[in-house]
Amino acid sequence: MNSVQTAVSQTSPPKKSFLYDPKVRGAFYQVVLVAAIIVLFYVAATNAVENLQRARIASGFGFLNNTAGFDISQTLIEFSAAGGTYGDAFIVGLLNTLIVSAIGIFFTTFLGFLIGIARLSKNWMVAKVAMVYVEVLRNVPLLVQLLFWYIAVLGALPHPRDSLEMGAGFYLNSRGLFMAQPLWGPNIGVLVAVFLLGLIGTFIYRRWAKKQQEQTGRQYPVGKVTLALVLGLPILTWIVLALVGANPITFELPRRGTFNLTGGMQILPEFVALLLGLVTYTAAFIAEVVRAGILAVSKGQTEAAGSLGLPPGKILRLVVIPQAMRVIIPPLTSQYLNLTKNSSLAVAIGYPDLVQVFMGTVLNQTGQAIEVVVITMGVYLTISLLTSFFMNIYNRRVAIVER
Amino acid sequence: MSTAVDMPRFVRAREAEALPPPNLARGPIAWVRENLFSGPFNTILTLVVFYLLYISVPPLLNFLVFDAVWTGADRAACRADAGGSESGACWAFIWDKINYFIYGSYTISERWRVNIFFSLLAIGVVWLLWLKAPRRDLGAVYFFWVFPVVSYILLTGGNENFSVRFWIGFAIFGALIIALFAFVSALLKTSMRPALILGGGIVAVIGVTLALVDFNFGLEHVPTSLWGGILVTLLVATVGIVVSLPFGIVLALGRRSNLPIVRLASVIFIEFVRGVPLITVLIMANTMLPLFLPGDMTVDRLLRPLIGTALFASAYMAEVVRGGLQAMPKGQYEGAMSLGLNYPQMMSLIILPQALRIVIPGIVNTFIGLFKDTSLVAIVGIFDLVKTIEASRIDPDWAAPTIGLTGYAFAALFYFIFCFGMSRYSLGVERRLAAGQKR
Repeated sequence: MNSVQTAVSQTSPPKKSFLYDPKVRGAFYQVVLVAAIIVLFYVAATNAVENLQRARIASGFGFLNNTAGFDISQTLIEFSAAGGTYGDAFIVGLLNTLIVSAIGIFFTTFLGFLIGIARLSKNWMVAKVAMVYVEVLRNVPLLVQLLFWYIAVLGALPHPRDSLEMGAGFYLNSRGLFMAQPLWGPNIGVLVAVFLLGLIGTFIYRRWAKKQQEQTGRQYPVGKVTLALVLGLPILTWIVLALVGANPITFELPRRGTFNLTGGMQILPEFVALLLGLVTYTAAFIAEVVRAGILAVSKGQTEAAGSLGLPPGKILRLVVIPQAMRVIIPPLTSQYLNLTKNSSLAVAIGYPDLVQVFMGTVLNQTGQAIEVVVITMGVYLTISLLTSFFMNIYNRRVAIVER
Repeated sequence: MSTAVDMPRFVRAREAEALPPPNLARGPIAWVRENLFSGPFNTILTLVVFYLLYISVPPLLNFLVFDAVWTGADRAACRADAGGSESGACWAFIWDKINYFIYGSYTISERWRVNIFFSLLAIGVVWLLWLKAPRRDLGAVYFFWVFPVVSYILLTGGNENFSVRFWIGFAIFGALIIALFAFVSALLKTSMRPALILGGGIVAVIGVTLALVDFNFGLEHVPTSLWGGILVTLLVATVGIVVSLPFGIVLALGRRSNLPIVRLASVIFIEFVRGVPLITVLIMANTMLPLFLPGDMTVDRLLRPLIGTALFASAYMAEVVRGGLQAMPKGQYEGAMSLGLNYPQMMSLIILPQALRIVIPGIVNTFIGLFKDTSLVAIVGIFDLVKTIEASRIDPDWAAPTIGLTGYAFAALFYFIFCFGMSRYSLGVERRLAAGQKR
């Protein structure tokens, strides 16, 4: 024992300069990096202050309270050129971005899953058509597709004076799609309450049905009951309320004016073009994600499920999809984020999203580039980080539990 | 627990009837029956798809090919009211404007320089991407140093005319760099020669680059405001790849580093850039870059989006390279360390050559994304292919209803050919790399 120790102490290297210590070197590199970053930011900041003073541009976030003085074509909240502030314009733009993203994500999920499953179809024709769709849509820039849709959609539509009447209060012309606007009556609370009751009832019924199935093996018609409680019950309430003369929802139909339609709800052609472009483009990517996810489930799983006697539909629903979802969720999340970020291309076709309103018009009017860019990027960063946060929680729930 | 009493029985009571013999038919009809009409559901599906094709493909072909106008000198050919036909694409318009779409407003007599740039680019791309090409290390030097310098001189005309003061400043800077290397080497008590070679090499590369840019080759100066079309599209993509690959590798190494501050800085940069849309980065580069520079310095209008896209692509490239670094087995790192290699040697000789090789498909996919994203520079007013089409679309000489769609069809075709080609290449490489892993 003793001899070993002496041997170690004899062969241990002679004391070297501390410069060879990896810790010292690491600390040195980091100090250099921090110093470089500080210098970079300091130089940039001093230059910016000087340039702003020379150009007489105000700084600070006070401009958000100034009157905007421009109109926005699609506003989900009250906004007018006379009364709206830059802050209001920011919120209008943000809401427009969020609504197009939310609707886009909803539709693109459907289309993406449809095409992804079609690519794996045994039907040769269906698989090939899905493949061509994916290859064409993925390899052409979204901007070109958006401009194409914008021209194709807008160009095909008639002048407001000869609007296409589609029945049920729907009109279509080059200024967009006009439809009946629902007006909420005083009894809307009843309807909302019934809807919420239906949701709670569904939740309780589902838990009960699952418990029953686990205990007795008997299955209950969960789908039909859900549909009846969530959709059927509110509709029934609505009809009853309408019959007793306390209709909670009335519709304001668009009317034909001399030059344009008045009243009702208007959906901009820019919105339609942007939505079409985003949905079809992102669906191509989601299709590939779905295909990869389904292929990642080993064939033995399908065969095992088949040998248990499950029919093909149930194999897909109960065995393949739950396992595929583990692989699909992370890249699907990043596709959702891509769609949200890509909605900023709205600026190319004039849909008033956050970038078009805030980084475009407001930035040009106020000249306060730094504040505007910081706010806009902050919004997108927040959306990205929040989405990844929630998706990570969900992902942890569906992730495989290793023993 | 009682045994299952009312469980259904899984055993047949009677012998099952024999199934019909399998269908052994071969040939096209059997194939059609099996792949298209194998059951009622599949038959309906096939018929629906046929119907969708019937309503979409013939009009598309009619527009693009059969009803298209191929020749003509102005709008009359593509207008029904002027005696032409307007049901199809107006390819005559593309043909008339093709030089504008390729070169923008680049001085006409100097366009041969752009053609040389295109061929140099093609040589570099083939050299790097063709896995069996000879001396791919030289190819890297060519693509990341020789080609950018030569292209810069070719496209702008070079002849920057640096002042004497600039050269004196550079001489002092070079001497300082070499002295710094010598000082560090003395401090570490290592041999002086490699340090001097390294320091002198860096100074020489920068010096030769500056001298070439300074030298008057007798080329006419062409301002970047005249550049446009496919030239700019390819230029933005090329600068993006040339900058983003080295920068992305540095960021990926930073993110995998043991030094906490280096790691934090890399993570913040990568996640920040990946969390915002490219268009906001471009607008930032356009509006904020001039603010951050001293008042008398201006940034070229074309350079701003170039910086924006390059930074943007770097963050995505960093994530691809990180994937490769993580895929390296730990034994490779440990093996390199046990040979006594230091960090730069380990990375440049052992890890990166292997890691970069397995992420070639990822790099190419990032590049496809970058190539498509170059179209966004049109939004900040740079005359790339999309913007030149936008500009020609409103040309009164070619005012016809089909012009817009024709222009975008042309753009779509251009991007599709490039992106589809690259994606096929990346698939091929993927298969080849997978073949090596097969047992």
